[in-house]
Amino acid sequence: MSKSLNLLIGAGLAVSVLSGPVLAGQMGLGRPAMPEEIAAWDMTVLPDGTGLRPGSGDVLTGEEVFGEKCASCHGEFAEGIDSWPVLAGGQGTLTDRRPVKTIGSYWPHLSTVWDYVHRSMPFGGAQTVTVDETYAITAYLLYSNGLVEDDFVLSDQNFAEVSLPNEGGFYPDDRPDREYPMFRTEPCMANCGAPVKVTKRAIDLRVTPTDPDGRPAGTLPDLMILASAAAAPSAEPAAAMEAAAPAAQASQAIDPNLIADGEKVFKKCAACHKVGEGAKNGTGPQLNAIVGRTIGGVEGYKYSKTLVGMGEEGKVWDEAALDGFLEKPKSYAKGTKMSFAGLKKESDRAALIAYLSTLTE
Amino acid sequence: MTDDTPNATTRRGFLRGTAAVAGAGLAAASAARAATPDPLITEVQSYASGFGDPVDAAPYGMPIEFEKHVVRRNVEWLTESPVSSINFTPIHALEGTITPQGCAFERHHSGAIEMSKSDYRLMINGLVDQPLVFTFEDLLRFPRTMTTAFLECAANGGMEWGGAQLEGCQFTQGMIHNMEYTGVPLRLLLEEAGVQTAGKWVYAEGHDASSNGRSIPLEKALDDVMVAFFANGEALRKEHGYPVRLVVPGWEGNMWVKWLRRISVYDQPVDSREETSKYTDLMSDGQARKWTWIMDAKSVITSPSPQAPIRHGKGPLVITGLAWSGNGRIERVDVTTDGGVSWQPARITGDAKSKALTRFHLDIDWDGSELMLQSRAVDETGYVQPTKDALRAVRGLNTVYHNNGIQTWWVKADGEVENVEVA
Repeated sequence: MSKSLNLLIGAGLAVSVLSGPVLAGQMGLGRPAMPEEIAAWDMTVLPDGTGLRPGSGDVLTGEEVFGEKCASCHGEFAEGIDSWPVLAGGQGTLTDRRPVKTIGSYWPHLSTVWDYVHRSMPFGGAQTVTVDETYAITAYLLYSNGLVEDDFVLSDQNFAEVSLPNEGGFYPDDRPDREYPMFRTEPCMANCGAPVKVTKRAIDLRVTPTDPDGRPAGTLPDLMILASAAAAPSAEPAAAMEAAAPAAQASQAIDPNLIADGEKVFKKCAACHKVGEGAKNGTGPQLNAIVGRTIGGVEGYKYSKTLVGMGEEGKVWDEAALDGFLEKPKSYAKGTKMSFAGLKKESDRAALIAYLSTLTE
Repeated sequence: MTDDTPNATTRRGFLRGTAAVAGAGLAAASAARAATPDPLITEVQSYASGFGDPVDAAPYGMPIEFEKHVVRRNVEWLTESPVSSINFTPIHALEGTITPQGCAFERHHSGAIEMSKSDYRLMINGLVDQPLVFTFEDLLRFPRTMTTAFLECAANGGMEWGGAQLEGCQFTQGMIHNMEYTGVPLRLLLEEAGVQTAGKWVYAEGHDASSNGRSIPLEKALDDVMVAFFANGEALRKEHGYPVRLVVPGWEGNMWVKWLRRISVYDQPVDSREETSKYTDLMSDGQARKWTWIMDAKSVITSPSPQAPIRHGKGPLVITGLAWSGNGRIERVDVTTDGGVSWQPARITGDAKSKALTRFHLDIDWDGSELMLQSRAVDETGYVQPTKDALRAVRGLNTVYHNNGIQTWWVKADGEVENVEVA
């Protein structure tokens, strides 16, 4: 309530300012930005440290916070899990065929690390890292790259003293000097060389998404085949429907549209949670048969103490538990490793739970 | 598609017709089948007798079901998460130059956010005389301009840098779209706040969790950068930054900040994550190019291509494609059918606008033999689109971004098309 009152007062002030000749421009549009608003939105830190907020953090605290908020994707040692970014190591690899571009090997400025962690991390929960935690995480990342000792404390006071190894590794675009003169020449039109040979075929790699008929996904339909023939019933779809029948029975009471909506919502979860046949634990546990499962109940997945505790109390992922957890994971299960901010919309949660209920072992 | 549809009788007629055709061999050219009267002509079709859809059947229309393959597609193994990922425009199935918003490729760093016009705010601060906040309504009161511009991701073609990898120009060159934008020149908003003489750079960031901040030299910001809120005549789509995005003609797509939240004026570039750790070009000596904003001249044949094989047999064949340059207008496009031994100029169809997609066509009489199809764009600065080999000779194998090299399609005698690398 008081927040909206403040806004109204602010708006009132702005109107009175607008009527005066304060503005620099000719149109008289917009209103002055208030210092509190600038402080809230302008979080940018420049390479020279301009914009840093007062505070500090040490390596050991950073290790703890990193383990809690970052390690589920970046790994305990910032080594990167699956294809998530590797943040440490890689020094001396920039000329390799597979360079490892990390904070220690590639990034030019420490300001970029601080700015990005504070503004946009963790993934799915941006702007939840405090200023001191940001210093601590940044200090830990320096440590994991072998750039400081484990007793190092980073603060706004000593920030400018730290430089990254690859600070001098970048130069402005030189295509206009180095490439344009070479490519701004009249090209050959005839007898331009010997006949060419195929040296590589994409088809050999088999990494392109395909349509059910095996062709590259999205291949244009053959217009020589009449639309009515393409739509003619064949034995295959019927067989597929029969095979799908048991799964359909298990969720027969649920609106298929709701399930379809839930499958869309699930895309937000799919980065960390695998489902379907042979689903394995990833950043998060696999979710087959999640509805009705004991909390913290997938073997081989290292849960937070909180979820393990809930499971030991005999709690299961019923609809109410899932709804509460999905709305605000960190409130429902304080200490959970899941960095996802939550689904605010009740309809999204309902759809997602409907979808999850269709997943069997 | 069941028998209780009103046109079931006619549909059975269709099926009989098809069976007859199938017996004669589906692949045969239409002329070969003219011996049997075409039931599509000789029988009265339901649509020629009854009603079609009433008005308002679709208050906002979608393409007809027969075009359902013309959609954005992604390549799942490319990224870990679909909210920080990319998909591809189906350029193999489109014509002309304007990309419909609904199938124009998406790149999000933290998902496409939902923001209303009434909740929208844009802040201008930093080295300005008066930091300002604009509402969407405020933006609507500034004088507007229009521009048509291509947006190409710096990584378009990046997977092809080491060699032919994906089957289809949607996947190899589809991180591009071209729209007609309406909005306010950024210059007017900056003038409203009053840029101080120390200001040399602007930094643009979005409302989404990634913020995706990018630094732009003030010179460019005052030149042709637009704060846009209409695309192709309608509001921006959510996935393209509704309600407001930045348009930075000719420059890499990552700089076209969506859900634009703040423009700040600085005396130096921010060197954000998106312009240091990403979107820089690592050269073979271990040094990296930064500020590689301009997308150099490039072209690609969109059909025939692996997802658009030739099915009509030999004879007249339309070769069609797209060309563009971040340095200005497309002057000419050359096409080769023999892998670059000989070239002929294609026809530029329609207007060649600066920093916008340009359509080219070449009509040939295909003799049914194998082709090695390539196109080569030449822009108004005289820059000629290079081969991948020529680019790799300068840059090495580790610069994944800014691959504007020539694309090769191997057309087989049966009309199937493959993505190949040639030497």
